[in-house]
Amino acid sequence: MHGLYAIYRKEMGHYFVSPIAYIFIGLFLILTAFFFNVILSEVIKQSFQMEMQSMQFGQPSSFDVPAAVLRSFFGLLSTLILFFTPILTMSVYAEERKRGTMELLMTSPVSELEIVLGKFLASLSLFAIMLLPTATYLIFMVLRSEPMLPWRMLLAGYAGVLLLGGSLLALGSFVSSLTENQLIAAVITFAASLFIWVLDIARSSDTGASAVLRYLSVIRHYEDFTRGVIDTSSLIYYFSFITLFIFLTVRSVDSMRWRRA
Amino acid sequence: MIEVEDLTKAYGSVKAVDDVSFTVNKGEILGFLGPNGAGKTTTMRILTGYLPATSGTARIAGFDVFRDSMEVRRRIGYLPENPPLYPDMTVETYLDFVARIKDLPAERRAARIDEALRKTNLEDKRSELIKRLSRGYKQRVGIAQALVHDPDVIILDEPTVGLDPKQIIEVRNLIKGLAGNHTIILSTHILPEVSMTCDRVVIINKGKIAAVDTPQNLTSQLKGGQRVRIEVEAPERRLREVLAQVPGANRVEIEPERKGARLAVTVEAAQGQDIRSEIAAKIVQNGWPLFELRGVSLSLEDIFLELTTDDATHAQPSS
Repeated sequence: MHGLYAIYRKEMGHYFVSPIAYIFIGLFLILTAFFFNVILSEVIKQSFQMEMQSMQFGQPSSFDVPAAVLRSFFGLLSTLILFFTPILTMSVYAEERKRGTMELLMTSPVSELEIVLGKFLASLSLFAIMLLPTATYLIFMVLRSEPMLPWRMLLAGYAGVLLLGGSLLALGSFVSSLTENQLIAAVITFAASLFIWVLDIARSSDTGASAVLRYLSVIRHYEDFTRGVIDTSSLIYYFSFITLFIFLTVRSVDSMRWRRA
Repeated sequence: MIEVEDLTKAYGSVKAVDDVSFTVNKGEILGFLGPNGAGKTTTMRILTGYLPATSGTARIAGFDVFRDSMEVRRRIGYLPENPPLYPDMTVETYLDFVARIKDLPAERRAARIDEALRKTNLEDKRSELIKRLSRGYKQRVGIAQALVHDPDVIILDEPTVGLDPKQIIEVRNLIKGLAGNHTIILSTHILPEVSMTCDRVVIINKGKIAAVDTPQNLTSQLKGGQRVRIEVEAPERRLREVLAQVPGANRVEIEPERKGARLAVTVEAAQGQDIRSEIAAKIVQNGWPLFELRGVSLSLEDIFLELTTDDATHAQPSS
């Protein structure tokens, strides 16, 4: 798998020489920091209200602020990912094809799988690097909480974010390999991700189809993670999703040999 | 080293490569000559494993390019028409990347990169960003990447296009220096390049092979007999009569362009006859001023035009 590592290195190198990556990451961090603040103050306000209410009824309040913040924050992250991942993946294959370097890769002793995995892992790494600073706010909050929130909840949440992000990156990767136009790739990826989101709404109804939808829903599995639950069926779901789209991308890359006249 | 048999590539009903067969021996430089759109690039893309053929076989170093593609790819260096460069990398980083994906073992990488840089005269550009290089240097980086892993076979698609004359000479010398140790196929539509660098030539047109031979054989084959070119001031009809009388003269062709009263004439002789002295004598006899008399050989250009134009009219000799 020598090619995989070489391609991974190259992709990572390219991400970090371009100013776009820094702007992108910076914007993401500014947004998350801002929203973290908003969420925190809102949740605290809400907890005071609940306390007042329960004092009126003579009951102890049991509002778990850190857990609520965590859930809301991870919810926010999922929305941000929806917008940011299409941009991460849109140029992955388009650039190579434009420069003619796809021809170099495909006439070298590297398999299509190595190419696809190398690029995917690089985009996933960038995604993880982007997420890392957000953990500082949450870690700070967890350390300050009394009783202290179990770390498991934080880890499960981020596991969910990585799996959800990975899924969308795999999807975006596939779409990017289908077209030479970066903008179209971004738009279609976004639309596809949105469609998956929308599908989620149907799962609350009681029809037979909704049971299937409930399993297929990318969101539901994610929500479990944000509650601190790491369910094996969810893990299988995400790995299957990612594997499916990696497989499709490999076939798509192979088909590039036939596409040019 | 390279065996191509009945190779065909069809796009729908159009055959970009039509039943092409040829071989290249180890250490040889084979030229692929043809007009644009003849099928040169398509054939190369099939050989390098980028495109699958519709039918026929191609083998490099004994490995089938379709069935054992990975083995073939390890043994070839390829420069497509547009060098496949990453603008944001330095020359050195780029060559290192290519060396890695070509599966060059780590311990040989540094030395091979140095060697490739040396052979293409890029040593002082090694830390330069590729996007800052001029076209000529970029082309050289393209050649360097085809060499870096020391492949048995090197396939170059139009390697001198876009270079200035000095660079073209450098590249041609580089290619000639590589022969023997490497087997080379290069494609071009620049004719002198072929006669200067190649051991053998494949002339291809509209997907089909028109000729396969050494440049020398091709020129002498189609040369026929001697051709003599004269510039003389003489009345046309009378000149024709006189020249027709020269023993061994087959065809007399007078160029339509006139410089005043001066006619430019090409006389073709039968094989093995030197008619120059006869012509000179006849012209002097008639008292006509003779400005030029020389033997003309059919250049590769003429052969090329002859073989690749639809209307197979007799090729015009180049002056």
